[in-house]
Amino acid sequence: MLNTFVVYVENKPGVLNRVASLFRRRGFNIESLTVGHTEKSGISRMTIVTDTDAAGTYRVETNLYKLVNVISVENITATPSVCRELAMIKVAATGETRTQLMQLATVFRARVLDVATASLTIEITGTEDKIDGLLDVLRHYGIIEMVRTGRVAMARGGSGNGASVALPPPANLESDDGMVAFSV
Amino acid sequence: MKKTGAEILWECVSREGVTHVFGYPGGAILPAYDALGRFPGIRHILVRHEQGATHMADGYARASGRVGVAVATSGPGATNMVTGIATAMLDSSPIVCITGQVGSRLIGSDAFQEVDITGITLPITKHNYLVTRADEVAGVVAEAFMIARSGRPGPVLIDITKDAQQSSCEFDWDAIAPPTHPARPDRHAAPLEYHRALELINSAQRPLVLAGHGILLSGSFAQFRELVEKSSIPVALTLLGIGALPASHPLNLGMMGMHGEAWVNTAIQEADLLIALGMRFDDRVTGNLKTYAPTAKKIHVEIDPAEVNKNVPVDVALIGDLRTVLQELLPGIALGDRAEWLAHIAELKGEVAVRDIQNLPDNGHLYAAHVISDLWRETQGAAIVVTDVGQHQMWEAQYYKHDEPHSLITSGGLGTMGFALPAAIGAKFARPDEEVWVVAGDGGFQMTMSELATVAQEGLELKVAIINNGYLGMVRQWQEFFYDRRYHATPLVNPDFEKLAQAYGLHAMTVNHRSEVIPAVQAARSHRGTAVINFCVEQEDSVFPMVPAGASLHEMIRRPTALVETATDV
Ligand SMILES: Cc1ncc(C[n+]2csc(CCOP(=O)(O)OP(=O)(O)O)c2C)c(N)n1
Ligand SMILES: [Mg+2]
Repeated sequence: MLNTFVVYVENKPGVLNRVASLFRRRGFNIESLTVGHTEKSGISRMTIVTDTDAAGTYRVETNLYKLVNVISVENITATPSVCRELAMIKVAATGETRTQLMQLATVFRARVLDVATASLTIEITGTEDKIDGLLDVLRHYGIIEMVRTGRVAMARGGSGNGASVALPPPANLESDDGMVAFSV
Repeated sequence: MKKTGAEILWECVSREGVTHVFGYPGGAILPAYDALGRFPGIRHILVRHEQGATHMADGYARASGRVGVAVATSGPGATNMVTGIATAMLDSSPIVCITGQVGSRLIGSDAFQEVDITGITLPITKHNYLVTRADEVAGVVAEAFMIARSGRPGPVLIDITKDAQQSSCEFDWDAIAPPTHPARPDRHAAPLEYHRALELINSAQRPLVLAGHGILLSGSFAQFRELVEKSSIPVALTLLGIGALPASHPLNLGMMGMHGEAWVNTAIQEADLLIALGMRFDDRVTGNLKTYAPTAKKIHVEIDPAEVNKNVPVDVALIGDLRTVLQELLPGIALGDRAEWLAHIAELKGEVAVRDIQNLPDNGHLYAAHVISDLWRETQGAAIVVTDVGQHQMWEAQYYKHDEPHSLITSGGLGTMGFALPAAIGAKFARPDEEVWVVAGDGGFQMTMSELATVAQEGLELKVAIINNGYLGMVRQWQEFFYDRRYHATPLVNPDFEKLAQAYGLHAMTVNHRSEVIPAVQAARSHRGTAVINFCVEQEDSVFPMVPAGASLHEMIRRPTALVETATDV
């Protein structure tokens, strides 16, 4: 099953490589990995999604802790949490379909970022399911290009990171503003 | 006070207690070498290949319990270290490798002798560093030594650019903050877990302790011995656990696993409780996991949480330093005699336990087992033996009875041929007053025999036994058993090892007959200086018993009786 780990690491050169190398050499496939700054300087936060069982999650966690630059590891799969992903989708548009696409975007609470003569670029933030849903309907119009960030996740409320790192302030869950994340 | 990065390096290294470094110079590490001359407290041993330097540092660490240090230049010097670093990683040996790197502005440009050694060694080090500024050196060195020796020990690599070695910065030892361990979740077992472990131990009818390298690394011999003596629980050893309990101890059953004693493997399969201490259920000791110790509950005491439940699911895990955990357990261990179980194991051994291969008549053949056995007898089991990898390694483990911890040094996890000679050099520097024997195969010896020059140059006194069977013996054995005796690429045409050693200015002998073994060993021991003995042994002998890879632990290939009867073989 898909497991989501939140991993705090020191923001030093090569740390991403160390984490990714660990997953590779221990035989775990990374479904998605995002990394970005936290509210604390020098500390980055990764959200890693990997497909494994209970024994595998234990191995992932204990092996991650062997990396000197890892500060804390939390498996939030079973923790009440919010997960978001951002996608930008460039879809083919003609005079006839443009309005339909814009309406679809509204229904999905997506935003139109760019309008060109033959295309429309839509930004959507949400769960993977929601993005998949939008993609399903857009596919019919012809998707020219797409980019997805991969999942970022955060435990709800006061639960979550028990290690020495303070949690980021509660985010505005509905807004996608201020999200610093990039896919790897 | 202002110092160069190179000076800071050695200043900090010597403050870590380092007295010996094994290395090989080159352009990118030259500033460090130049500064090293100003540190008379550090003896540099010039090796003949950087792999040798890493094995020496490793052998030094295993013999002394201190951190071993190896030095190399960038590029090929650094890549030559890879095998030695991986060897130390797999056997949890604390070494620090220092490599020169091209100037920081050249990094990434494919400059002359530039390789990404931190990238290359990332999966085979506990941690590694790329240092590009002189003011980073002190902190990195302190952290590197701490990481190498703490927790589950292992290798750490420090790659220092040439400009970081050359440039200067303010250096004040007292102002350097001591390194801190990264915070980790507390996984120490709750009292309830201790309670469960004690219940299992005290109620077990057929318990066995599986003793691993962790006992040596944690130095918990006394607690370990007290535990098994109090409870009368017999002990099986892993290859790297040899020495954890004296071979002569009545509760010591011997080695387990692929070439372990038959009765040990049988006892594991029949046990109702396995108490694994500082071992990691490697495939060489478990055989087929599906059929491994089917009736046994398992308790795992281990410092590395990632090892728990990795190969074998356990009933109770006690994570932590072995010494602390054993101390915690000891008061609750009930006295026991386990007479029935011990009697049963004695029965499994049968008369084998009292038979001595020395008493077997000389049938004109020279068997490696006899060589090892005589070596053990002549040295009264008191030497440090450093083995290479192959058949001779297994025979050493079977026939040299180690009573002392840290007296067998061998590459277990990686099985690195070429390990023995350089590792023995390191061990001899660590414990100069001990008699150090190399036991190497004719194949593996040739992988690093250039270090004989290091031995000669340093005026070191080693005793070297080459078990010369004219084959890559262990591979030949697999070909014999599993590939219809098709001996492809395993016969060796060897140099005359006696002449070879003489060419290095070393005392050397060749032995062809059993009657010559003891006199040769005696001559080597009384020679003041290094002596090399070329033992030309039976060519197609095999190591028995053998659990074929992937077979169940009790499915052992036994020696067909015709060849020779030896203690462990029957
Ligand atoms: C560096 C390396 N290469 C290959 C092997 C595979 N291997 C394991 S044992 C062995 C044969 C060793 O031959 P030798 O050194 O003569 O020892 P013997 O088995 O004959 O005692 C080989 C090739 C290895 N362990 N290490
Ligand atoms: Mg051989």
